[in-house]
Amino acid sequence: MKIIIAGDGKVGLALTEQLLEEEHELVVIDSNPRVLQSSLDQFDVMTVQGNGAAMETLRQAAIDEADLLIAATSADEINLLCCLTARRMNPSIHTIARVRNPEYAEQLYAMREALGLSMHINPELSAAHEIFRLLQLPSFLRRDTFAKGRVELVELRVMADSRLNGIALSQLYQIARVKVLVCVVVRGGAVVIPDGSYVLREGDHIYVTAKTVNLAQLLKNLGIASQKIRQVMLVGGGRISFYLAARLLDAGVGVKIIEKNYDRAARLAELLPRASIVLGDGSSQSLLDSEGVGRTDAVVTLTDMDEENIVISMYSHAAGVKKVITKVNRIEYGSMFSEMGVGSVVSPKELCSTNIVRYVRAMQNQTGSVVALHRIADGRAEALEFRVDASVRWRSTPLRDIPLRRGILISCITHKSQTIIPDGSSSFEDGDTVVAVTTGSQSIRMMNDIFEA
Amino acid sequence: MNFKIIGRILGQVMLLEALFLSPSLILCAIDREPDVAIAILLSIALTAACGGVLFFLCKNAGRGFFAQEGFVTTALCWILLSAFGALPFLISGQIPNFFDAFFETVSGFTTTGASILNDVESMSRGLLYWRSFTHWLGGMGILVFAMAVVPADKNSGGSLHLMRAESPGPSVGKLTPRLRQTAKILYLIYIAMTVLCFLFLLLGGMSVFESLCTAFGTAGTGGFGVKNDSLVSYSPYLQNVCTIFMLLFGVNFSLYYLALLGEVRAVFRDEELRCYLGLFAVSTALITVNILPISNGWRDALHHAAFQVSTIMTTTGFSTVDFNLWPALSKSILLCLMILGASAGSTGGGIKTIRWLLMVKGARRSIRQLLRPRNVQVIHVNGKVIDEEVLRGTHAYISAYWMLILFSMVLISLDNFSIETNVSAVLACFNNIGPGFDVVGPMSNYSDFSSFSKLVLSIDMLLGRLEIFPMLALFSRFSWTRKL
Repeated sequence: MKIIIAGDGKVGLALTEQLLEEEHELVVIDSNPRVLQSSLDQFDVMTVQGNGAAMETLRQAAIDEADLLIAATSADEINLLCCLTARRMNPSIHTIARVRNPEYAEQLYAMREALGLSMHINPELSAAHEIFRLLQLPSFLRRDTFAKGRVELVELRVMADSRLNGIALSQLYQIARVKVLVCVVVRGGAVVIPDGSYVLREGDHIYVTAKTVNLAQLLKNLGIASQKIRQVMLVGGGRISFYLAARLLDAGVGVKIIEKNYDRAARLAELLPRASIVLGDGSSQSLLDSEGVGRTDAVVTLTDMDEENIVISMYSHAAGVKKVITKVNRIEYGSMFSEMGVGSVVSPKELCSTNIVRYVRAMQNQTGSVVALHRIADGRAEALEFRVDASVRWRSTPLRDIPLRRGILISCITHKSQTIIPDGSSSFEDGDTVVAVTTGSQSIRMMNDIFEA
Repeated sequence: MNFKIIGRILGQVMLLEALFLSPSLILCAIDREPDVAIAILLSIALTAACGGVLFFLCKNAGRGFFAQEGFVTTALCWILLSAFGALPFLISGQIPNFFDAFFETVSGFTTTGASILNDVESMSRGLLYWRSFTHWLGGMGILVFAMAVVPADKNSGGSLHLMRAESPGPSVGKLTPRLRQTAKILYLIYIAMTVLCFLFLLLGGMSVFESLCTAFGTAGTGGFGVKNDSLVSYSPYLQNVCTIFMLLFGVNFSLYYLALLGEVRAVFRDEELRCYLGLFAVSTALITVNILPISNGWRDALHHAAFQVSTIMTTTGFSTVDFNLWPALSKSILLCLMILGASAGSTGGGIKTIRWLLMVKGARRSIRQLLRPRNVQVIHVNGKVIDEEVLRGTHAYISAYWMLILFSMVLISLDNFSIETNVSAVLACFNNIGPGFDVVGPMSNYSDFSSFSKLVLSIDMLLGRLEIFPMLALFSRFSWTRKL
């Protein structure tokens, strides 16, 4: 597909990288020639210098041939104008705008048609949503959804006192008592797809697929105290804090926000009367102690500085907070975080680009191609969702008879709104949704790629 | 420096060269020349073997490919290509001296057309075909060709560094988002125009072999002929076909792409094209008037003037007349045109019209700046502001250009020819033209120079074709040091 990306910032770069990997043709627009030059040196893209909302610039980017425009500049208004202009110039184009100002939320719904928007995305809002989901079931380090939210892939750590410690996977059902599947285990830096004889040990990170409705039951049966989170401390009072606090308060959770800027703190106090707002520097240890960091159920670090967030998270973890969530903008260094005890890591920019890539995949709508893709274990494994159609081989065959390629596991099958965690006798039919997990480096674009040739 | 990836690309290019050598075998078979065929076969085997081994050794190259790798790869590629391309001449014994064979091949690949052969017609056709084909390949660039046909990594942006180093002009732009597609478009236009040129020549009664070789020479703006007197003995129709096609191949190829997209108006509004065509018209008119007394009427004068202006301006180097015998004014104009060169992004050489345009605009700005010191002035070309970086690059290019030319002139003066010979020989080689004046005039050639001078001139040709900096990068210690 031909895709235009307006705005070559962090989101633009992340998108460039991901979309190129899926073999789209990209044109990148930015007003700064230096960033364009570095994009040109790094990636096989075309660049156009100029204002992405101007007709001349869009014409140079060959808007009339493009299938999709993604407006991700730093200004909401430019993004909206860019999409509006693009739609007028090419009525068949799809447009995605990044709009972060909550004041526009209403007209985005009311005037979506008039603005020519196919989709709009708010990185802070989606980050807040993601963090909220993590706080709902705090024992999971990470949750990814498939099959319209009916199935999840969750990450757990096996603790020394866990009931899972020393258990072979074939005995898992006796303990868990719900059907789940361990798809990937990360042990000492190595990523493995385990079989039934695999014995779990302390320190393993495991990725489990389960039905969303069974998650709470699973935690209870595993003896992982799923105590509800009643008190959350948010460090940093930016947009994510605001969205998150509003949701948490609605859910009846107590919120304390630490913010060092007086104006912002005052504004938050005005908008969130039920939250307790503290004026002070969240990176100061004494302040954290005096505000009772050890007594809260969860700490979420949301300041603008990655380094501060990481340090505060490490301190909170040491202070005995059970659930720590760290916001990080630069995800490149992600592989180091799991060693550092900073808990779950959330990156708004990455979430944003992942959502857009998902939209692009849906747009392509090739039968049998990947519908959703989640990178897990720091990108060393992938979970892919496929829709089965007539072109897919091995339909109606029990899984134990299907020759899968090495390092691939089918972890979930959804058949007519019925989701099953499969075993050797399960099979998939036309119209089903299948989730497969792969650790291999082979490129998988179609469902047929997961079988031996 | 990522040596493995450089090795891999060089290996690929050598395998391609071996492939391109093969058609010569057919001509040898037709002419029943078994010894030449064996020589060519041996060259193919040697090139393919070296390329294959290199490619195999460097198979698992890492991903890092940056500016320095791009420059070094391009320079090494052209040197190796010329060295291996000289093998058929050397092994068959038709050019026994290595420096002569190397000179001839470099002259081919760099589309210079300067020859050391006194009797071209006695050479076997298989070798003549290869000699002309090097022009065609060198015109658009073999790395660009490799880019178009060899599947690359999905998102390796590094290849742009190669294209930047190989394609002529101050700045290189992509036509499409994918570099591979851009390379394909360029080559498709190139092939289509070459075929057209070939057909027009065929229509004029030229034999298939001669049309093919002349079309290659015209397309690459090279200038190797298959006759001793270049194009003198051909009919005026054939000469006019060459005049027009040389002129067409000296135009920036992205303009043809624009025209194919239907934006013909934008093409004719292009400042470089206007300047290029304007200079062609003015020079032709001046020379026509100047040589009127020594020609058979004004039609004859116009015909020869247009051909010579076209051949020199596009840096081709065919000739229909011995312009050594022309009046001084005509010769001076031709000398100026030698330095001027064709357009950026064409197959022609020289400094390029766009650089002169930038220099003239830059000089005009300097004068205005002196008179109105507080004025902020930017330079526009085609309505777009030119980045100061491009201007600086152009100035650096011109300075390096003159320094190297003066240096080479001193070096080849050792052979004790006239100043006119030395100046025009260096200019003709550096700008990839071919014929100069006096001893190296259109009706004579470079065979009288010593081996040392031939080597100097060979290097000049490579410097000119790759626009100096990739070659110089090869000698910078920054390219080879492990230090950061």
